[in-house]
Amino acid sequence: MRFVDEYRDAGQARALAAEIAALCEPGREYKFMEVCGGHTHTIYKHGIEDYLPESITLVHGPGCPVCVIPMGRVDDAIHIARQPGVLMTSFGDMMRVPGSGGNFFDANAEGTNIRMVYSPLDALKIAREQPDLQVVFMAIGFETTAPSTAMTVLRAAREGIDNFAVFCNHVTILPAIKAILDSPDLRLDGFLGPGHVSTVIGCAPYEFISGHYGKPLVVAGFEPLDVLQSIYLLMRQLKDGRSEVENQYTRVVPWQGNPTALRVIGEVMELRPYFEWRGLGFISHSALRLRAAYADFDAELRYELPDVRVADPKACQCGEVLKGVLKPWECKVFGTACTPETPIGTCMVSPEGACAAYYNFGRFTRQRVNAT
Amino acid sequence: MCLGIPGEVVEILTDRQDLAKVDVCGVRRAINIGLLADEDVRPGDWVLIHVGFALSKIDEEEAQAALDFLEGLGKAYQDEMDALRDSRID
Ligand code: SF4
Repeated sequence: MRFVDEYRDAGQARALAAEIAALCEPGREYKFMEVCGGHTHTIYKHGIEDYLPESITLVHGPGCPVCVIPMGRVDDAIHIARQPGVLMTSFGDMMRVPGSGGNFFDANAEGTNIRMVYSPLDALKIAREQPDLQVVFMAIGFETTAPSTAMTVLRAAREGIDNFAVFCNHVTILPAIKAILDSPDLRLDGFLGPGHVSTVIGCAPYEFISGHYGKPLVVAGFEPLDVLQSIYLLMRQLKDGRSEVENQYTRVVPWQGNPTALRVIGEVMELRPYFEWRGLGFISHSALRLRAAYADFDAELRYELPDVRVADPKACQCGEVLKGVLKPWECKVFGTACTPETPIGTCMVSPEGACAAYYNFGRFTRQRVNAT
Repeated sequence: MCLGIPGEVVEILTDRQDLAKVDVCGVRRAINIGLLADEDVRPGDWVLIHVGFALSKIDEEEAQAALDFLEGLGKAYQDEMDALRDSRID
């Protein structure tokens, strides 16, 4: 009910909900995946599912960059931070991601120097001002943050700052979507495409999803009406027997993306042959590393990494949640052993994670709202 | 981190064309606009900022919508703003 009471366009929302309901074919079930954690957040905050007919289910995808960092990479970062003279930096969201022996705060309690920064440029500034420190930036994120890391490396190279390095963990969204489409666990009818990743990559790269896999995809904005409208556009395509990439979020996303950002990523980084995603396992060509031309700034080459694969804790079902196979509350430790204060799995750490979104809004079941 | 913060461009630094001073809810910080090099960013424009870099130009209405969304995130938004406040990009 919250949605109706609070949201200024409640009337429009209800009208859209009614149009969506009218497009449902009797006896048919619809399953759409929202790839991006920002959408998950809107969906739970505003109770979007309560507006939808029973036959439409929204499942959460892998689009939370913190959630997909495997334990082994956290351990590697702590290993680097333990080397003499190293100051490790990363975004605030990384600080509580558990590794096999604890998170960054735990490591700091044992003597490492791991600090959060707002921007990779802040890390570079520390390196410039404190030449006696070896500053390493643990880079994470999808295509929304990769260009920033790339620009920072270019700047470091231009200025010849040699006490700066990047521990690169950038991942790319398309191979993850492909892995989900190839997995036998889940049958999907379409996707809500990520809003901000698309400002960089644009809309054309999704065309293999609508073409090869025959699943419609609508790039969606983050307001409740955006999400409902995008679901309407997906339903419309299914009704017409079409499968296309559509852009609902034209206010922010140009069809061609940001060519400068793409060029900069391509100049500094290249695809890794494979990368491990937490819960999803190894996915080929799904992550970025620095090109050989920037090897001097590559923390993976500068420090010898243990690079040990660490299995997720037994109780953790993040993999199923990231693939949309399980709803967060169906995980056995959800809300009991695993909470935002004491996360066992990564999906509980970041506010973009599905488990944290569920936990924060206390939505454990679907309640129906009369949409007419 | 993944969610852009909207900011209004207040000033383009004359000696550094890739830097702009922006106002984000009253917090003024320098951010990098090098990724919008082809877009002719000027004072008065609104941009979406990701980790210190403007990634896209938006209009004022969209900026307000984006802010409403972020405020709805509660603590996560506070953390992001605190981080921005500590930022000293140059
Ligand atoms: S409740 Fe915790 S362990 Fe279970 S899936 Fe969510 S984050 Fe992972």
